[in-house]
Amino acid sequence: MNIHIQNGRLIDPANKIDAPHDLFIADGKIVGVGSAPAGFSAAKTIDASGLVVAPGLIDLAARLREPGFEYKATLESEMDAAMAGGVTSLAIPPDTDPVLDEPGLVEMLCYRAKKLNRAHVYPVGALTIGLKGEQLSEMAELVEAGCVAFSQANTPILDTRVLSRAMLYAATFGFRIWLQPIDPYLARGGVAHDGEVASRLGLPGLPASAEIIALYTYLRLARQTGARLHITRVSCAESLDLIEQARKDGVDVSCDVAAHHLHLCDMDIGYFNPHCHVIPPLRNQRDRIALSKALADGRINAICSDHTPVDDDAKQAPFSESEPGTTGLELLLPLTLKWAAEHKLPLIDALARVTSEAAKIAGIAKGGHLSVGARADICIFDPDCHQQITRGMLKSQGKNTPFLGLELPGRVRCTLVEGTVMYEA
Amino acid sequence: MQVPEAEQLIATLAEAMRPRVTADTCLVGIHTGGVWLAERLHALLGLSQPLGSIDVSFYRDDYSTKGLHPQPQGSKIPFDVEDAHIVIVDDVLYTGRTTRAALNELFDYGRPARVDLAVLIDRGGRELPVGASFCALTLPAPLPAGQNLQLERDASGALTMRLIHA
Amino acid sequence: MRNPQLNKHGELQHLLTLDGLPRAIITQILDTAAPFTEVAEREVKKLPLLRGKSVFNLFFENSTRTRTTFEIAAKRLSADVINLNVATSSTKKGETLLDTVDNLCAMHADMFVVRHESSGAPHLIAQHLENTGRDHIHVVNAGDGRHAHPTQGLLDMYTIRHYKKEFHNLTVAIVGDVLHSRVARSQIAALTTLGVPEVRVIGPRTLLPTDVEKMGVRYCATMEEGLKDVDVVMMLRLQNERMNGALLPSPQEFFKVWGLTAEKLALAKPDAIVMHPGPMNRGVEIDSAVADGNQAVILPQVTFGIAVRMAVMSMLGSH
Repeated sequence: MNIHIQNGRLIDPANKIDAPHDLFIADGKIVGVGSAPAGFSAAKTIDASGLVVAPGLIDLAARLREPGFEYKATLESEMDAAMAGGVTSLAIPPDTDPVLDEPGLVEMLCYRAKKLNRAHVYPVGALTIGLKGEQLSEMAELVEAGCVAFSQANTPILDTRVLSRAMLYAATFGFRIWLQPIDPYLARGGVAHDGEVASRLGLPGLPASAEIIALYTYLRLARQTGARLHITRVSCAESLDLIEQARKDGVDVSCDVAAHHLHLCDMDIGYFNPHCHVIPPLRNQRDRIALSKALADGRINAICSDHTPVDDDAKQAPFSESEPGTTGLELLLPLTLKWAAEHKLPLIDALARVTSEAAKIAGIAKGGHLSVGARADICIFDPDCHQQITRGMLKSQGKNTPFLGLELPGRVRCTLVEGTVMYEA
Repeated sequence: MQVPEAEQLIATLAEAMRPRVTADTCLVGIHTGGVWLAERLHALLGLSQPLGSIDVSFYRDDYSTKGLHPQPQGSKIPFDVEDAHIVIVDDVLYTGRTTRAALNELFDYGRPARVDLAVLIDRGGRELPVGASFCALTLPAPLPAGQNLQLERDASGALTMRLIHA
Repeated sequence: MRNPQLNKHGELQHLLTLDGLPRAIITQILDTAAPFTEVAEREVKKLPLLRGKSVFNLFFENSTRTRTTFEIAAKRLSADVINLNVATSSTKKGETLLDTVDNLCAMHADMFVVRHESSGAPHLIAQHLENTGRDHIHVVNAGDGRHAHPTQGLLDMYTIRHYKKEFHNLTVAIVGDVLHSRVARSQIAALTTLGVPEVRVIGPRTLLPTDVEKMGVRYCATMEEGLKDVDVVMMLRLQNERMNGALLPSPQEFFKVWGLTAEKLALAKPDAIVMHPGPMNRGVEIDSAVADGNQAVILPQVTFGIAVRMAVMSMLGSH
């Protein structure tokens, strides 16, 4: 269908455009920016007056709970959430059940997602079989099946020699490895940041050193092996210094931060709110401020939601028994806008963190920008409209978010994937 | 109304009690006015058994609506209740509920042979079938609900009656 | 965020922790407990305050001692007491914690006394009761994970007040495994709220919570430093499990360095009192001679514990 999006404010970070340009779509692709191509006649017109027209958001971590955890959420429900959140591409961590270590499994997941015909799905394959940290997975085959990178999710490899070899093997092909820095021994049993708040609440602490020490190991091994690294969900201020140093030493390393870490710290646990039970844990205020600043100046490349829907029964338990994780696809944009406002950052720079920069990390060439010829994945939103986050408005099956009851800025009005309107409000 | 003289009433009450008590009679004052009164009577009547005191806070029937009294004093019964002749002493008799609470508490200590009630003033307004065995003054007309008569003690130990408007 | 322990009128609705409980309420509980101590001296050790009310002892962690003292306290207030020893494993297999609570509410519970191995469990229950409009049901925390044991903290304060009269001129030392101790956290919260000017914690650094000084205490590595001129010595129980996981080498070494012997006690003031929440590990944290000596007030603590629990339950039950 030919679509003409008019009167909107076009923001395309990849092409450094923030201007009142119209957008023209045909055959699922962008065919004109600012002016229509010759002979274009629109079958549908979308009036984006007062709204921002941006590339569809790219979320680097969204657990859709399939395969294996269908009682928590399904592809259908979470795709609805993605559309409502303006997220048109998402990367899926390998910690499904069974784990994404089998090319056949990856193919099936991609097939399922394609059939649903909503957001584009980019699986991140398991770095080792079963995530067990012993045997390498068939990385070349998995890439062919659709994987964009390899990861251990939240199960770090214990054996540094295996990790080193996994990096070497991936480096052979130039495949990216996405790692969550966790030293399993220092982290063992911890559920909240090891500091004043956890001590007072009597919650087992997870020290910052668990992240920092593991991170140092990964960066040092990457330097040696030439592996391309992406560090997921940085949570400590000190980690940022390590990453900067590694970059100076020539390591190809990017990093992301989870949206909730930009706004919350351990004090927000309050009276044991299980919605604040996340991995990595909410650190202290100093860490939060450092992360927020580092994202603003680009030391952190991207924001992701770390979307992890958890059913009510698993969340409504005493803190350390509750399942960690927060739902986030529908909050990625609002939390990004809220963070940008705090730093008085121009919208174009803020949106880069969830579009062009995320695309670079995931190696997505066709998305994250609004160039002529690009996939028509578009998010049209009202940056000034505030929404109250309630269980009722969330489309995800997971209602587990610490932002319940709060008002956040930004309201998605229309989401298009490959030129088809998937969501309208 | 004209507030009655406390000292005069105490003397009247003591004389009313004298023929009906023995040296072994036990006095139990109800906090706080009843305790002061009991001390006086104990001396005037020359009783030998030690003085007891009761704080009815834990036996009141309005606990579920009014809650616990903020400063419960506790009760002290330093004699054996079993088979004793006890006189409960209070300054003012009104609805009768305080007396009921005191009786309940007393019976949790044992089984007395006989219990009497001695009050300075009966102001009427009974809600339970309770009566004073000894009373110095019965008011001719019941006090209006918003008013209270209360025994007070000054620094020198002198007792006076005071009319309080709630 | 409103304090979940207080209702709209600022009255005690639940007793979950002493951390953040107003000083006036702590003092009120101690004042209310005083007359209750006399009840134990009477022939009929009963008061009618909770007559007709049902107190459910919901113990997810076994504890005959604590459960028994709560049971005695509730019965002395004429309440009906129902004991539920819910082994955690059976809960994990079947019902969630909140499902268990809902079922018990359907049986007309008026008060839950809860002991659980996870910090925050009583808070979760209290929050759930508020969310489901059950304002007439109250929760008493009988110990949750490492977080709090408020009635123990209160009875310890009552004991200190009984022997020392005032708080504002005391030096108090807490000795042992503070890291894993809910008793210690409640004691520290109460002591600081009541205005004790110096609270010291003594023990190995492996048994110390991170940033413990932020709780308002001073750390002393040795008994020599920590017990000097203190008025109150509060010993903590050392559990056998601490010998695993590289926290401590052996109970013998612990006793040698941090065990309370008569010799070490002599460093404190001559009229210092020795307290212990029980049960004691003789020869591990405390010498028998000291435990049975005339400065130890461990048995009175137990007696006061019943009166304090009666005070808490009657204050809660009164609205």
